[in-house]
Amino acid sequence: MGLPCIHCGEDCGKHPIIWDEQPFCCHGCKTVFQILNEKKLDKYYKIQPMSGIRVDSSETGTKYAYLDNEEILEKLLDFSDGGISKIELFIPTIHCASCIWLLENLNSLHAGIVQSYVNFPKKKVSITYKDEEISLRQIAELLSSIHYIPEITLDQMDKKDEKYADRDLLLKIGVAGFSFMNVMLYNFPEYLPGGDQLEALFIGVFGWLSFGLALPVVFYSAQDYYLSAIKGLRHKQVNIDLPITLGIFTLFVQSSYDIISGNGIGYMDSLVGLVFFLLIGKFYQGKTYQALSFERDYKSYFPVAVTQLIDGKEASIPLSRLKEDDVIRIRNQELIPADAKLLSGSANIDYSFVTGESIPVAKNKGELIFAGGRQIGSTIECTVIKAVEQSYLTQLWNQDRTDKDLAYSLNNLMNKVSEYFTAIIIGIALTSAIYWSFSDSSKAIYAFTSVLIIACPCALALTVPFTFGATMRMFGRAGFYIKNTSIIEKLHAIKSIVFDKTGTITMTREAKVSFHGQELTTKELIMVKSLVSHSSHPLSQIIKDYISEESVYEVEQFQEIASMGITGLIDGIKLMAGSQVFVSGKGNSEAKHAQVYVNIGGELKGYFSIENKYREGLSGIIQKLQKRFKLFLISGDNESERENLKGLFGENAQLLFNQSPTDKRDFIKNLKADGQVLMIGDGLNDAGALMESDVGLTIADDIYSFSPACDGIIESSKFNKLHGFIRFTETALKVVKFSFVISFMYNVVGLYFAVQGTLSPLIAAILMPISSVSVVAIATFSISFFARRKLL
Amino acid sequence: MSVIVILIIIGIVVAGGFLVGFIWAVKSGQYDDTYSPSVRMLFDDAKAVKKKKH
Repeated sequence: MGLPCIHCGEDCGKHPIIWDEQPFCCHGCKTVFQILNEKKLDKYYKIQPMSGIRVDSSETGTKYAYLDNEEILEKLLDFSDGGISKIELFIPTIHCASCIWLLENLNSLHAGIVQSYVNFPKKKVSITYKDEEISLRQIAELLSSIHYIPEITLDQMDKKDEKYADRDLLLKIGVAGFSFMNVMLYNFPEYLPGGDQLEALFIGVFGWLSFGLALPVVFYSAQDYYLSAIKGLRHKQVNIDLPITLGIFTLFVQSSYDIISGNGIGYMDSLVGLVFFLLIGKFYQGKTYQALSFERDYKSYFPVAVTQLIDGKEASIPLSRLKEDDVIRIRNQELIPADAKLLSGSANIDYSFVTGESIPVAKNKGELIFAGGRQIGSTIECTVIKAVEQSYLTQLWNQDRTDKDLAYSLNNLMNKVSEYFTAIIIGIALTSAIYWSFSDSSKAIYAFTSVLIIACPCALALTVPFTFGATMRMFGRAGFYIKNTSIIEKLHAIKSIVFDKTGTITMTREAKVSFHGQELTTKELIMVKSLVSHSSHPLSQIIKDYISEESVYEVEQFQEIASMGITGLIDGIKLMAGSQVFVSGKGNSEAKHAQVYVNIGGELKGYFSIENKYREGLSGIIQKLQKRFKLFLISGDNESERENLKGLFGENAQLLFNQSPTDKRDFIKNLKADGQVLMIGDGLNDAGALMESDVGLTIADDIYSFSPACDGIIESSKFNKLHGFIRFTETALKVVKFSFVISFMYNVVGLYFAVQGTLSPLIAAILMPISSVSVVAIATFSISFFARRKLL
Repeated sequence: MSVIVILIIIGIVVAGGFLVGFIWAVKSGQYDDTYSPSVRMLFDDAKAVKKKKH
């Protein structure tokens, strides 16, 4: 253990970089520290110590050059006039108080920045700046230099104004709350002893005031419930909002009648209270993860701009302007934006995110390169052969998205219950009305409305939002983020689970390396490390990380031959590393794992074998899941891991390899015939399957980075808890059912009065809040109690 | 007794004032981010820091 880095808190290892007597883990961290010290922003380290972000390479180069393009600029800026511009940037790494402080003091770093303001839950900073003194590109580079790297994507450019959905609901709650508090005051005297002797003047004034205050609640605050009830009826479905709507209108009509006819002041307090509580439940359920995005499409994956070559000169153009036959230049680590043909350079395309193949594919001149791959190594030039929208990958993504949310909303537990509930309530109401019309006709209508009023399923409707809302929050705390609360119920109904291989059950960044052959001496190991550190090929990187020696020799005449290997001279000794054919001159291509042969000074030393490393606890979780679910594995990679996976999944498990993204989607489609399917994937190649499945989850090392459209995101370190999450949905459903029983009991008590025609406003005013509050309390407390025992 | 009516009207006006205030607060975006302000208020102003050093 070395010292913790002053900037990011990571272990500095054996050789920390010392500056001003402070230890740093890397030069990047030191640079940020220096910048901040120079500008007297060192308070950053005092607000929350070691809160910095470690970035392996903050070299921006020309990465943000496209921000100089007027057309792109115009789409990105929120506002620009008179030399002042405003931009909102998404910075996924915002995580603490220090971040807020530093990002709001950006003007100390550059005088051209007028003001910067952080929205923490959305992880966004909005910056106002003077065009003349600083450009957007410079701002992006400035932020990158202090390791707050902004993420600028295409879809940000397209949709700017979906921000304020929350505000509408808040306003409705505000109006309902205002009316509730006031109306309660007017109705209160009636409930006191002697309340029936209230002067007629007061009954009139209180009645009309509560009528006036209830109007905005009925016609503004509660309108979503009517819309939802009508929408349900259109789909020939009775949902929970129908009895609510019935209740609200009966309450309103009955109370208005009482007030207008001067009989009393009605039930307006129960009415506005009901709407207020319901809206609070809705608010609680709707509080989701603002900074996470579950609806991403290719637009957020592809870069905003590409480098086009026009007459040999580079120009940055927006992706939307890219046409067929354009020549583009792609640098190391950049994405191929459209299907293209290689013109020059050695292409080494990493398709792991697109197809699931774990090893990069080398392409020769004239070969086709599919969009979505990432170039690794040197710069290449290619001709675009299909526009972005028509590329293979984007086509796949745009395949019809079956509207699973709608299908679900017609078939959930709540709606099944409310179907019976509504029928029974209307039945009871009619029965009591008919009964009274024979015995005491003056009570018939009153009994009918009373039943509808008291049965208005406030407590029932609050059960699900609060139980599932609390469950969602507990999941979030445990590292599992779901899109909305309906996923909980869907997850509970799962019958089979389909796993993707690369990146899902294997780790993306780590691999199991072993050396076969003559044992290498320390010196030889250092030589190999020195050689491979010159190459950016993933296999080279893995071997570089595997060899733990620190020192490095100088390499001369380094050469990288695409899809073959690398060579170089160290102290006059020739080193070769790469494929068997390249290193030994003979060999077969049928290797079980990725192998890197090593030749030092003309002698073949052996080979490094690189295997996928499975996630920790994988076999444990599979054994647990196997007991309850049918498990499948579906991979875009080759069969080299079949034997290992058989050991994990068991002899009889269905393991499919070499599957194209379309194959995956079709497989899920067929599997759905046998019950609900959970798909767990990570890459673009799973996008179709994730959409097709009933529940699609993605695994991500960094939950804010790109992931395909899905229903939920699991932090990769929490993957081994998957079984616990699925089991917990059962607990959540049990809590819901228990709360249903309780709210039914309240209803029975209320109905007892209602059918007799003796329901007074007082009973309604007491019963409704008590039932709601107790159900909400039971739901939230029991969920947090069980979650603490089972999840956290 | 009619003084109660006057009081109630005053009550509504006052409460209505708060409602208007709430609507303004929501519309001006004060509820969009409820976390950062809680942190922001703890930061000293840049000037205050200078004073401490003297």
